[in-house]
Amino acid sequence: MDFKLSKTHLLQQEMYRRFAENEVKPLAEEMDETEVYSMELLAKMHKYGLMGIPYSKEYGGVGGDYLSYALCMEEVSKMDGSTGITISVHTSLCCSCIDSFGTEEQKQKFLRPLIDGSKTGCYGLTEPNAGSDAAGQQTQAVYDEATDEYIINGGKIFTTNSGFADTCVVFALTDKTAGTRGISAFVVPLKDDDGNRTPGVTVSDNIKRMGIRAASNCEVSYENVRVPAANRLGKEGQGFKIAMKALDGGRIGIAAQSVGLAQGALNEAVEYVKERKQFGRPIAAFQTTQFKLADMQTKIDAARLLTWRAACIKDAGENYGPAAAMAKLFASDVANQVCREAVQLMGGYGYCREYPVERALRDAKITEIYEGTSEVMKMVISGSMKLK
Amino acid sequence: MKIVVCIKQVPDTNEVKLDPKTNRLIRDGVPSIINHDDKSGIEAALQLREKVGGTVTVVCMGPPQADVALREALAMGCDDAYLLSAREFGGSDTCATAIIISTALKKIGYDLVITGRQAIDGDTAQVGPQIAENLGIPQISYAEEIEPNGDVLTVRRQYEDRHHMIDIKTPCLLTALQELAEPRYMHAGGIIDAYDKDITVWGFDDLKDGLNPDHIGLNGSPTKVVTSFGKMAKGAGTKLDVSPDEAVAAIIAKMEERHII
Repeated sequence: MDFKLSKTHLLQQEMYRRFAENEVKPLAEEMDETEVYSMELLAKMHKYGLMGIPYSKEYGGVGGDYLSYALCMEEVSKMDGSTGITISVHTSLCCSCIDSFGTEEQKQKFLRPLIDGSKTGCYGLTEPNAGSDAAGQQTQAVYDEATDEYIINGGKIFTTNSGFADTCVVFALTDKTAGTRGISAFVVPLKDDDGNRTPGVTVSDNIKRMGIRAASNCEVSYENVRVPAANRLGKEGQGFKIAMKALDGGRIGIAAQSVGLAQGALNEAVEYVKERKQFGRPIAAFQTTQFKLADMQTKIDAARLLTWRAACIKDAGENYGPAAAMAKLFASDVANQVCREAVQLMGGYGYCREYPVERALRDAKITEIYEGTSEVMKMVISGSMKLK
Repeated sequence: MKIVVCIKQVPDTNEVKLDPKTNRLIRDGVPSIINHDDKSGIEAALQLREKVGGTVTVVCMGPPQADVALREALAMGCDDAYLLSAREFGGSDTCATAIIISTALKKIGYDLVITGRQAIDGDTAQVGPQIAENLGIPQISYAEEIEPNGDVLTVRRQYEDRHHMIDIKTPCLLTALQELAEPRYMHAGGIIDAYDKDITVWGFDDLKDGLNPDHIGLNGSPTKVVTSFGKMAKGAGTKLDVSPDEAVAAIIAKMEERHII
């Protein structure tokens, strides 16, 4: 048992931290206000490898592991939750489906441009009537033997990155009678190489949300969208398995995002309490402040260790699903507690949009909801406890 | 073109404090970084390599912990790295340091040597020029722009109130200002590669053919630091809003009062 990061991980952490402080932090407030993600920032993240961390160099990736990816997610999320989810959906939802279930040809064609910096990806599972009950999909894909294509019809909601993404992994029913075994996964180009929208694909404006407002999160509708059969990942009927496996990994990313949001808010609060004077001395001098900060840091450290453990289990090739669910369940709760306390410590100023803790508190709420709600996490964890 | 960049690992002066009792830097817990000017030198070298081809080698003299500075340079895109580290090198002043580095450079080979202008912990700006003298090659200090032009480099040198445009033939040495180039970040994948590479570590024995032990290390250094101290904080002065004659009288009275005149 060794809780130390390796030299490679430490230097990566340092690089992600510098990138986040110099590139993400200066843009975060404005991106939140305008609800538009900076394409210049996205291009820089591609350029320095932040969009392909746990993927093989063979396909143009960084050749890192999930622990490296978790470190990156924490560092960028300290500055901006929207940047965290932009990286996460691309990396651990979209790319992982292709990496885990794609053929060599599919990896060369679809994964390579996503991780070598040319394209950005998204993931279309959630529908207006299929959230936690992801098996209740209504989007359909019908095989057309004449052209060896699938014709996709349906609508997805809350598709993160969809406003600017090039590629989407879309889940659709290929057999309405087979339940979860009737769902298949497809790599759907949302645009061609010149940026023209794929015929039949419509992407809405950014959905107005409470937090992570800079992230692009839209409704995407598919109307007679033709996709070559060669774009199907795995076999027909394997889609649900593909979707769930991606979410297991995604949860490590969201746990790390939660840790980052919490640590970022705590760091702001610590700076504030050292400067802020009330009753004749800095409020950091009051034991009530000190004890509150001690509780916050302890919770964050516990959440970080759960997150790193889940990442290490995944990197070791073992069953990481329950560990990832525990990490996300706990870390997202900690993010909400800590961000709320950070606002409380900073009082009226913390409540102002001028201070980043206000944004962090709004951003934190979603971590208890997306990529599986806290309730779904408890289903996953209890499901692994052999209770029945 | 074979470009060699000499770098120094320094304490991050944004976080460094002076021990009020001993007047020495408190280095414990202070993060180490690549000296800013040197990092710009790395960036300039990488940009030059992109334009004219060749390789970028990075050299650092320091303790074994300086390994991470070299890994960072590799992760930025440098091709190979040398760490000059030995007990005998410890305590070297600028003169002794330049002797050790130039001995290594003769062994490594170079067309262009780039050093930073000066290090933020010593602020001498001497090592670069001394290396050029030891190697017997031309040098341009305070470089803020480098443009390859056929077989010469056109270098813009910063001066107090002007700049000089100078053509220089290789082999030569340039000392880089921070303004020379905005350093790129390490690439995430470059970090993984950097730790897969071997860094050549040279100790005294590897360089002893070119080194006189009496000219290196603490004992071989002509410079001796007698004492170091922090700047004394000055109190606010007295401001008099009076005529020139009255001002002269007031100053003379004050000087007499303090027995200065």
